[in-house]
Amino acid sequence: MPTTVSMTVNGKKVSGQVEPRTLLVQFIRETLGLTGTHVGCDTSQCGACVVHVDGKSVKSCTMLAAQAEGANVLTIEGLATDGKLHPMQEAFREHHGLQCGFCTPGMVMSAIDLVKNNKNPSEHEIREWLEGNICRCTGYHNIVKAIAAGAKAMA
Amino acid sequence: MYSFEYQKAGSVADAAKAATGEAKLVAGGMTLIPTLKLRLAQPSKLVDLGGLKDLVGIKAEGGGVTIGAMTTHAAVASSAEVKKAIPALAALAAGIGDPAVRNRGTIGGSVANNDPAADYPAACVALGATIVTSKRKITADDFFKGLFETALEEGEVITAISFPAPEKAAYMKFRNPASRYALVGVFVAKTKGGVRVAVTGAGEGGVFRKKSFEEALGKSFAGSALDGVKVDAKGLNSDIHASADYRAHLIKVMAKRAVDAAK
Ligand SMILES: Cc1cc2nc3c(=O)[nH]c(=O)nc-3n(C[C@H](O)[C@H](O)[C@H](O)COP(=O)(O)OP(=O)(O)OC[C@H]3O[C@@H](n4cnc5c(N)ncnc54)[C@H](O)[C@@H]3O)c2cc1C
Ligand code: FES
Ligand code: FES
Repeated sequence: MPTTVSMTVNGKKVSGQVEPRTLLVQFIRETLGLTGTHVGCDTSQCGACVVHVDGKSVKSCTMLAAQAEGANVLTIEGLATDGKLHPMQEAFREHHGLQCGFCTPGMVMSAIDLVKNNKNPSEHEIREWLEGNICRCTGYHNIVKAIAAGAKAMA
Repeated sequence: MYSFEYQKAGSVADAAKAATGEAKLVAGGMTLIPTLKLRLAQPSKLVDLGGLKDLVGIKAEGGGVTIGAMTTHAAVASSAEVKKAIPALAALAAGIGDPAVRNRGTIGGSVANNDPAADYPAACVALGATIVTSKRKITADDFFKGLFETALEEGEVITAISFPAPEKAAYMKFRNPASRYALVGVFVAKTKGGVRVAVTGAGEGGVFRKKSFEEALGKSFAGSALDGVKVDAKGLNSDIHASADYRAHLIKVMAKRAVDAAK
């Protein structure tokens, strides 16, 4: 039976009809048309779908839209302000922290959550934090460099 | 996913009443939702514990800690109370899955699920925790019954888990390199009542106590005390990740490391 969910996404109040089994990522991509959040796996392991819910990074493929009722959701589309990239996005561009870009939205959202918890992460801490974000292209090296630079830029 | 109904529980009593028959509780969803996505389960209804604020939080009590069932792994990992009373428990929580999993996954869900490779069951058994439910209190020794099996009855909701503080404890996990779950995890606790050693990831029947280690460590709490103790591979898992013999070997290595790191 369809129900209505309402939440705030990237600062805007939104609502829509969903089934109880609709995942948050489906609501974001299909109902809201915000396709920056990706789906890379069926097993909750890859992190391409990471968004922030009430300020914390979560895998939007492993949460029901209904569970986000009333929540404050931030997706990759909500980071830039007035056409200016967020410092973490800018750092990914500057340090070439991507190749195909599929994992990038999740990487950036995870990285920003890391910096919220740890303002000056070491290389080791960055690598540990990326446990749940899989990249098939870059070998991670430039992602780690980008996140270190992004953390400095966010300070 | 098969379709199901969804209900937000208004109270524990409400959840207990609703979670009967084919209905299922959902906490952080970090185990249940992947299971549903793979169509490995077909509940008629999900009863969400998500809104129940009284199930969230950590209280320091009598030297130990009581942790509400809906407290996330991230909250346990960063809790000043847990770090002070049982640093090994905070470290265990910090090693579960990845940051996004730790932000949603809960201690109640992990304990209720009793995955044979999950981390918390080892902590509960080694520390002699008490599982508090909507009906009663259950000791960890009586709670974990086998693969994904617990003493929980239909409509019984875990509300909190109480951990007495040990004198010293540590958890050592040898991770499966792909899933990062425990291939073998050993939690060692030196408590007032003696030494307790619990092993996860290795047993065919889920978490178990290693009595021969407990005896040897009771005489001398040092990694070297385990040198002469044999670990039988009988009853241990054998799969594509590791043979039973290799797991038996790892149990001793991880136990020795835990004893030497205990604080
Ligand atoms: C990528 C990934 C990696 C992971 N790595 C690890 C790891 O390294 N170690 C580890 O231990 N775990 C790991 N997990 C599992 C994770 O810890 C889960 O959070 C946990 O096992 C289940 O908690 P949950 O709150 O998400 O429960 P849910 O998935 O919501 O529920 C799990 C089960 O418990 C029942 N349940 C939930 N709450 C209660 C309650 N209060 N009372 C009674 N029954 C209840 C539900 O009905 C369901 O059957 C991983 C998960 C993922 C997705
Ligand atoms: S799509 Fe969410 S973890 Fe892979
Ligand atoms: S850049 Fe292609 S998956 Fe990471």
